[in-house]
Amino acid sequence: MMELSLLKALNEERAARRAAILITDTASGEARLVKESEAAGDPLAEEISRRLRSGRSGMLEDGHTFLTVAVPPPRLVVIGAVHISQALAPMAKLAGLDVTIIDPRTAFATQERFPDVSLIAEWPEEALKNIPFDAYTAVAALTHDPKIDDFPLREALAAGCFYVGALGSRKTHGKRVERLLEAGVGASDVERIHAPIGLDIAAASPAEIAVAVLAEVIATLRKGPSAAREAA
Amino acid sequence: MAEMLERDALATAEAWREAGRKVALATVVETWGSAPRPVGSHLVIDEEGNFEGSVSGGCVEGAVVGEALELLETGATKMLEFGVADETAWRVGLSCGGRIRVFVEPVA
Repeated sequence: MMELSLLKALNEERAARRAAILITDTASGEARLVKESEAAGDPLAEEISRRLRSGRSGMLEDGHTFLTVAVPPPRLVVIGAVHISQALAPMAKLAGLDVTIIDPRTAFATQERFPDVSLIAEWPEEALKNIPFDAYTAVAALTHDPKIDDFPLREALAAGCFYVGALGSRKTHGKRVERLLEAGVGASDVERIHAPIGLDIAAASPAEIAVAVLAEVIATLRKGPSAAREAA
Repeated sequence: MAEMLERDALATAEAWREAGRKVALATVVETWGSAPRPVGSHLVIDEEGNFEGSVSGGCVEGAVVGEALELLETGATKMLEFGVADETAWRVGLSCGGRIRVFVEPVA
């Protein structure tokens, strides 16, 4: 027996992009909800933490306690309404990611160039007030322009986004690293940026680079950051 | 994609219940072998037999809906098991050869 109030509480967490676990005793029918913020103090804390990381629902070894794990669907925020983004957005959508494109340059950020995608033609400083980054967000900065890319990169690292990538040659990235360090970003955070962006598949065209970026995002999501880095 | 379907089923359960319909929720809690839908997949059923979501991609939904309708009468919960090895395989079963357990509960 699931109480409607419990179902509503679960759906509320999901709508707000917060992780939660519904714990159901299938023997008695009793159920309770554990929000991510309350997980540490729970008797099943260790199990819950493992489940939140894997995102997998499942039965405990006792054979009657079932955990329904609700983690937010992964989201991809692309900084830059550029050529690569035009290929990346529909591909990422097919792969099940919620896609948002941010670019303050209104000549680039047009609905004609990006049909069926959430598009925000504002500076990231403004846009991120409405869609704050979280741990279930991947951020790909693709403009090459520090004025546009640097702020969302800093925000992505601070928010613990599961993937942070930035377009640009090693030289371009070298300068970026200097700027970020100067702005007070920690060295270990800066190291989390995937640059040059994308798995090394010798991508040449914008569409091929989009494949490389999407593959790197998926690898990080499914294998964890360190394994994905080895693959790159 | 699976995550999107799952989200729909739970949102549907809430919406139907809020609209005053009786609602049961079925959840895949265990799978063995090649099961068509992963653990945690949901099917939501109302008292008229309308349903949304999926626990097996079509193989056993009919049987789950039938059980759910009975549980909506009594208010009880029930664990169902389906597989080709099941004695009811002649009637409903998983053609893929897998085995699944489905927990069905009314939403109060």
